[in-house]
Amino acid sequence: MTVNTLNAKNLAAPAANVSAYLKSRARWSPFEIAFWVFAFATIWLFPGKHLILKDTAILALFALSLDLILGYAGIISLGQAAFFGLAGYFAGLVAKYGIVNEPVVALVLSGVVAAALGFATSFLVLRGSDLTRLMVTLGVSLMLGEVANRYSNITGGADGLQGVDIEPLFGRFRFDLYGHNGYVYCLSVLFVCFVIVRRIVYSPFGLSLRAVKGNPLRAAAIGIPVKWRLVAIYTVSAGIAGIAGALLTQTTAFCSLDVFSLERSADLLLVLIIGGTGYLYGGLIGAVIYKFLQDWIANLTPQYWQFWIGLVLVVLVLIGRDRMRNWIGTVRGAVAGVGVRLLPRSITLGGAAPDGP
Amino acid sequence: MKIAVKRRYFVAAACAAMAFAAAGGARAQDSVKIGFILPMTGQQQSTGKQIAAAAKLFMAQHGDTVAGKKVELIIKDDGAVPDNTKRIAQDLIVNEKVTFLAGFGVTPAALAVAPLATESKTPEIVTAAGTSIITEKSPYIARTSFTLAQSVVPMADWAAQNGVKKVVSMVSDYGPGIDSENSFKAEFAKQGGQVLDAIRFPLTAPDFAPFLQRAADQKPDAIFVFVPSGQGGVFIKQFVERGLDKAGIKIIGPGDVTDDDLLNGMGDAVLGTITAHIYSADHDSPTNKAFVAAFKKANDGLRPNFMAVSGYDGMHLMYESLQKAGGKTDGDSLIAAAKGMAWESPRGPISIDPDTRDIVQNVYIRKVEKKNGELYNVEFATFPAVKDPIKAAEAK
Repeated sequence: MTVNTLNAKNLAAPAANVSAYLKSRARWSPFEIAFWVFAFATIWLFPGKHLILKDTAILALFALSLDLILGYAGIISLGQAAFFGLAGYFAGLVAKYGIVNEPVVALVLSGVVAAALGFATSFLVLRGSDLTRLMVTLGVSLMLGEVANRYSNITGGADGLQGVDIEPLFGRFRFDLYGHNGYVYCLSVLFVCFVIVRRIVYSPFGLSLRAVKGNPLRAAAIGIPVKWRLVAIYTVSAGIAGIAGALLTQTTAFCSLDVFSLERSADLLLVLIIGGTGYLYGGLIGAVIYKFLQDWIANLTPQYWQFWIGLVLVVLVLIGRDRMRNWIGTVRGAVAGVGVRLLPRSITLGGAAPDGP
Repeated sequence: MKIAVKRRYFVAAACAAMAFAAAGGARAQDSVKIGFILPMTGQQQSTGKQIAAAAKLFMAQHGDTVAGKKVELIIKDDGAVPDNTKRIAQDLIVNEKVTFLAGFGVTPAALAVAPLATESKTPEIVTAAGTSIITEKSPYIARTSFTLAQSVVPMADWAAQNGVKKVVSMVSDYGPGIDSENSFKAEFAKQGGQVLDAIRFPLTAPDFAPFLQRAADQKPDAIFVFVPSGQGGVFIKQFVERGLDKAGIKIIGPGDVTDDDLLNGMGDAVLGTITAHIYSADHDSPTNKAFVAAFKKANDGLRPNFMAVSGYDGMHLMYESLQKAGGKTDGDSLIAAAKGMAWESPRGPISIDPDTRDIVQNVYIRKVEKKNGELYNVEFATFPAVKDPIKAAEAK
């Protein structure tokens, strides 16, 4: 339905229209600019909150990786923790044994390692439907968790990886007790990854992914190599999840079996349920809401905070995220009416895909 | 009428202002914050619940002022996830400026915080996690709970001395399980006993039937078992269902298996199980009777377990260290004050080893019996003043 509408409407020059559409979509809207300006402003606005902000940035990056496959390619997964954990241990081990001392280099390498695992396991994920995918991805992360448990002489087993000593960033900025440098580092990495993901999503490649998500059979019929597109995006997503895991290890100088846990992958789905999928900012906004809600409620009631989080989720689902997005849409419509919004609205890409942040 | 209302607002506002001023003043100079990081949610939540309840009870009994300083208790949930623990500990040190960090439900959580304790010179009082190495990871760590080997080694000694010759060891396949298996095997062999087989089963799959069958086939005198406290009841139930108790096989193990918190709900199957541990709610002393009564009263009849008593003693250690340091709140003075401290706990006489900062305490051999219609671990033999056997062996 998606690509088809486009073609039918603009048979004359589809290619030109698509590239015009992509260009217009790829333009940074004022909302996005404001979002990132505010994100970086938090460095000076909330110096006392850097520790939790740092965790939030990592969770946001992790959620972004899931959104990439769930929101754009329709692959549902409970196994993102596999990549998160593998890269986390990798980053911890290379630092512990002094193999790669520069954190940024180690971070990129960890991402590559996770991406390699993503590539290798992507073929499993291609088979079967959603339920099978859930189970296969979950299985991969559980297996890795057990492997890490088994080889406790390398990983430290249940006690966690001890004695990780992370060198200062660029040889200058040490990860301090206050989490200042850690937060700036995580936020910067989040931003860089976000820009890359944004570029991918608004490229013809990203558009073809949406076509695959909409209807794989049709997508294949119009000549999109469905299998390889999915392998590619799953690999990229794994790499980003890995970078998130490596960030956690580097900024805490610690890694435990918990990085592979089911809870970690499940939390991620919650984050996307809160924030919404398929518009890039869902994971980011979801992560902020989830972390701060959790922190705030857990301070009020350390024993029963999960109940209140659950209640919030139920309410969210009952109200319906679409409805909430419509409210946002209304607000944006009002703003557009004033003339801020410059994007042409004549071309829409199907009804299902929500546009813009 | 209007005037009256206004006056009331004025009085309220004035009171509020004064309260703020008083609170502000107290915070500025004379307050001491104790930050407990506990698993209040997730699989380990009973640990957190017991320790938090005991800490609150201690404060209710002993007041909130020590050495002229007002004590403030902060309880945070980490869900037993070590990277949460670490972030929360960092937050407590940096933003709350806590004087003590306490709690730590699992070993990785305690270990994750050790570098922070060293860097910020904050005493870390471990009131739960039981792996031997923890206290060696920072000079600011002291422990009021126990080490696993502390109860496993006396268990092996007692078994060897009481006619148990052949044992099959069955433990959950994770850190504490493997540690108890190793400690037991080494000590039992030293005492002339024989471990026929060492079986490990997955931590998260508590169906013990096939493993129990494998153990039974080897016809041991006893099965040594370590499972996390929630699984003890299931284990013993399946043991009895397979008729192994009638085959004359005993169950022995550290007291986690017959946790006081859950014991009464385990059913009569557990009668006769022999365990070695540091504390039983049935411990016969006036201090313990008072403690159990007060704890039950404050917590809807909940029975305190070894975690509760560890939390209670943790509070005692922190209060007394503050007292002894004479109002100094820096980490070095406090940890120096904690070293060598000895007192009468509900579990019996205990002290903090000045060399290792680990706890020295009696270990009791107990048997599950019925008292007044409730199941209790009844103590019948005592190993006095046991040090952590692993560190003691290293010191030799």
